[in-house]
Amino acid sequence: MAAIADALTRVPVKASRGYWTGVVARLARDPTAMVALTIILVIVAAAILAPLIAPADPYKGSMIRRLRPIGFPGYPLGSDELGRDMLTRLIYGGRLSLFIGVAPVICAFVIGSSVGIFAGYLGGRINTLLMRIIDVFFAFPSVLLAIALSGALGAGIFNSIVSLTIVFVPQIARVAESVTTQIRSRDYVEAARISGAGPVTIVRVHVLGNVLGPIFVYATGLISVSMILASGLSFLGLGVKPPDPEWGLMLNTLRTAIYTQPLVAALPGVMIFLTSISFNLFSDGLRSAMEVKQ
Amino acid sequence: MSAPMVDVQRLTVDFAVGAKTIRAAAGVDIEVEKGETLALLGESGSGKSVTLRALMRLHPKSARIGGAIRIDGRDVLKMTAAELSRYRGGIVSMVFQDPGLAFDPVYRVGDQIAEAVVRHTGVSFRAARARALELFERVRIPSPERRLDNYPHEMSGGMRQRAMIALALACRPKVLLADEPTTALDATVQIQVLLLLRELQRELGLAVIFVTHDIGVAVEVADRIAVMYGGRIVELGPCAKIIRAPAHPYTQGLLMSRGDGTAKGGRLVAIPGSPPDLANLPPGCAFAPRCSRVIEECRKKVPAAVIIEPGHVACCVRAQPAEVFLQRSETFSCRTAGLIGADVRPDWRPHTTRRPS
Amino acid sequence: MSMIRESDRSRIATLAADPQDRGGPGTSLLSVRGLIKHFGRTAGLFSQRRSVVRAVDGIDFEVAKGETLGIVGESGCGKSTTARLIMQIIVPDAGDILFDGEEVGSHALSLGEFRQQAQMVFQDSYSSLNPRLTVEDTIAFGPRVHGLSRRTAIARAHDLLHRVGLEPSRFAGCYPHEISGGQRQRVNIARSLALEPRLLILDEAVSALDKSVEAQVLNLLLDLKEEFGLTFIFISHDLNVVRFMSDRVMVMYLGKVAEVGPAESILALPRHPYTQALLASMPSMDPDNRTQEAPVSGDPPNPINPPSGCRFHPRCKVVATLCAHSEPAPHDVGAGHLAACHLANPESGHPRLAAA
Repeated sequence: MAAIADALTRVPVKASRGYWTGVVARLARDPTAMVALTIILVIVAAAILAPLIAPADPYKGSMIRRLRPIGFPGYPLGSDELGRDMLTRLIYGGRLSLFIGVAPVICAFVIGSSVGIFAGYLGGRINTLLMRIIDVFFAFPSVLLAIALSGALGAGIFNSIVSLTIVFVPQIARVAESVTTQIRSRDYVEAARISGAGPVTIVRVHVLGNVLGPIFVYATGLISVSMILASGLSFLGLGVKPPDPEWGLMLNTLRTAIYTQPLVAALPGVMIFLTSISFNLFSDGLRSAMEVKQ
Repeated sequence: MSAPMVDVQRLTVDFAVGAKTIRAAAGVDIEVEKGETLALLGESGSGKSVTLRALMRLHPKSARIGGAIRIDGRDVLKMTAAELSRYRGGIVSMVFQDPGLAFDPVYRVGDQIAEAVVRHTGVSFRAARARALELFERVRIPSPERRLDNYPHEMSGGMRQRAMIALALACRPKVLLADEPTTALDATVQIQVLLLLRELQRELGLAVIFVTHDIGVAVEVADRIAVMYGGRIVELGPCAKIIRAPAHPYTQGLLMSRGDGTAKGGRLVAIPGSPPDLANLPPGCAFAPRCSRVIEECRKKVPAAVIIEPGHVACCVRAQPAEVFLQRSETFSCRTAGLIGADVRPDWRPHTTRRPS
Repeated sequence: MSMIRESDRSRIATLAADPQDRGGPGTSLLSVRGLIKHFGRTAGLFSQRRSVVRAVDGIDFEVAKGETLGIVGESGCGKSTTARLIMQIIVPDAGDILFDGEEVGSHALSLGEFRQQAQMVFQDSYSSLNPRLTVEDTIAFGPRVHGLSRRTAIARAHDLLHRVGLEPSRFAGCYPHEISGGQRQRVNIARSLALEPRLLILDEAVSALDKSVEAQVLNLLLDLKEEFGLTFIFISHDLNVVRFMSDRVMVMYLGKVAEVGPAESILALPRHPYTQALLASMPSMDPDNRTQEAPVSGDPPNPINPPSGCRFHPRCKVVATLCAHSEPAPHDVGAGHLAACHLANPESGHPRLAAA
């Protein structure tokens, strides 16, 4: 009987760790990704704890203290064109900006992945049909598409989220389809089919675990784009309506203050930039951590 | 006596991977004369490809190379970028396993070879094309004029490999390094390419270092064979000696596990365990965990080279040449029960036949 | 049909006593007739010339119970496609596949039932394992799909790990990237045995392993074959390994069977020029007696638009005008050894036969 003990070399001596544990460990060693993650967490925490940490009321303005510079007593980051405290507005603005940035990506992730995985696994004509429909959306540049959809649906937070979701679903679906097609031809999926498993079981056990990772990485990269698009929509008056604080909207209303208080007027842009780039760098770090080289 | 064409002493190659250092080659000595072929025989992780690439300094800057490499009298490790550029192709050339690595897919093959010739010798492009044609005839590519205008993907595997050999020989190098050039080829094509390499080497008087994991291939091309394991050469000697009377337990194990003479129904003589993890090499002999003749001394320090005969050395404390029968023989059906780890008796020897005298 | 040796009779009788057996000792376990698979691009809107890859172009063979059939051939011969056609991963264009006398996919033997009795081991040990699943989960997947509870399936997985030489306490919870190539291939073998199949197709299962590990895995396969009463189809390009493992050998060339018969007969006295060339192409192990001339020139051609008549005729050293016009059918040269060559058939009219 074959009792060949093959444990002479390469015996795993420590408890084997799962894939995601390994990813987290590699991520923790990446300084850029950790810095980016810290910034994101700080911004998110500030947004969640806004009522507790903001010094003033975001809606309460003062007509005599308009456009005060940074460092003015009582207004640490200055005041906006209606005399409202900038620091407070920025903190509260984070709530809406993050929400409008992240929510469409989450929705698009769910919808896009489903469509993409479905098309990718089935292949053939269904794949062609779905992917060509998706391609139609690619004919429009995302900014224009978002504006057009928002214009059609009307202004408001909910409508912006819907239009941005529609913009992102094709992109995520395309990534999902491409990754699923690759995985589908792997030997272990063939082996699973030979074992007699049905397509749903195979997708659940073998495909999803291997496919969601790369799609997730792509989606985190989209968050920064989404935030910028959302801010753009608000800037154009199609997203958040005044007096709600939102970074893009604030950029719009502070437009004219560029000549008098340029630093204050640029602050919302700085926040958008900082958040976007942190998401981007984190997404890059995540992608590197997920590539396991044997 | 003139210095050998290739003279490598105490070569070490270290790679930094994360926090660990991997010593891919740990003290390799190689000497190859003009007109001689040396085969580096080993499995994955033995360090053979790493050694070969170090001779052309193909490793990234992060790799640390120690020791001395002298080729055609030049010190390779001290070359400047400009000197390296003349050296690669002009003195030493390499043939790879995957011909796709050497050719750019968007340019015609003939143009690429001509470009290399122009760059090294400075002749006109037309003269270089003529040289490319001459080379294609030399490597026996049928309809060479037509093939010069092919793109790499239009050629079959065997033909691409011949084209790569042509490219390697374009600038008349003195040393040819071959990194498993036939591993990916079908059997009928492989033998054609091996014969071609042998013929070219004879005609041009090249020094050839041929890396392979297949013993049969090594026998076909090599004058001498160096068996590598765990980043070191464990046995070195003339081809006939290594094949017929190997002294190192690893070489013996490799030859016997081929099953050339094993009777049907018998079991192959298998070396237990797996090739070593280069990041965690044991302190003594790298083969000790799998060796059937291991003693305490083997684990303590790396064995020094033992001279079996002039020209034949083995790095083993218990080196013992054993005749390995390679023809069909009923005497070969031995069970592997005696080979497993702790069950091995210290004085166990592989079952080989002693030729009836 | 192969002549049944004495030593095989008892083995086959034991197998016939196997509760899964349906056809009895005389029936082949696998019988393939006229198997065809072409991969082609369908003609476009503007009808263009279709380029059809004739991967498998009409092959017949049998695999007796308890034997190992070795399939050899070079790239483009169709051996891997044949394996996938048998397993029904790819759907054949034409041909019959009978398993123990019953047609696969018919009312008597559904595809699901067939798949429980026939399994496959792939070449690439790494890509055959889901990197996200532990070793025990991978092996237990098949049984769980067929309804076993998780506990039973894991217990079976542990038992199989032990039988293939991997200690369950050490290896069951490992991930594929943590173990070596040889160990991964053992896991693949354990997985293929999880459903207790009768036929195992090994598609270049040892080709990617180091030589020292290859010998271990081959020994393991032989032990498992005896222990479980398996029948093997062993696909490889390495003739040494095929000689060691196989009872019968089938040589394929460009989608057709060139020669098939008992291993000793084919490898010692091949009758087809291609088999002769293949054997002669093996590197010599004698340094004083190296190969001096390549047995055959050129590369194995593309299965798109194969040559007319005998497919080997452009590269054959003993070619005659007859060979380009008519395709030789496999001819019995005795003892179950068939060769598809005009020279093997005394009535073919090949000029060299007259000279003999």
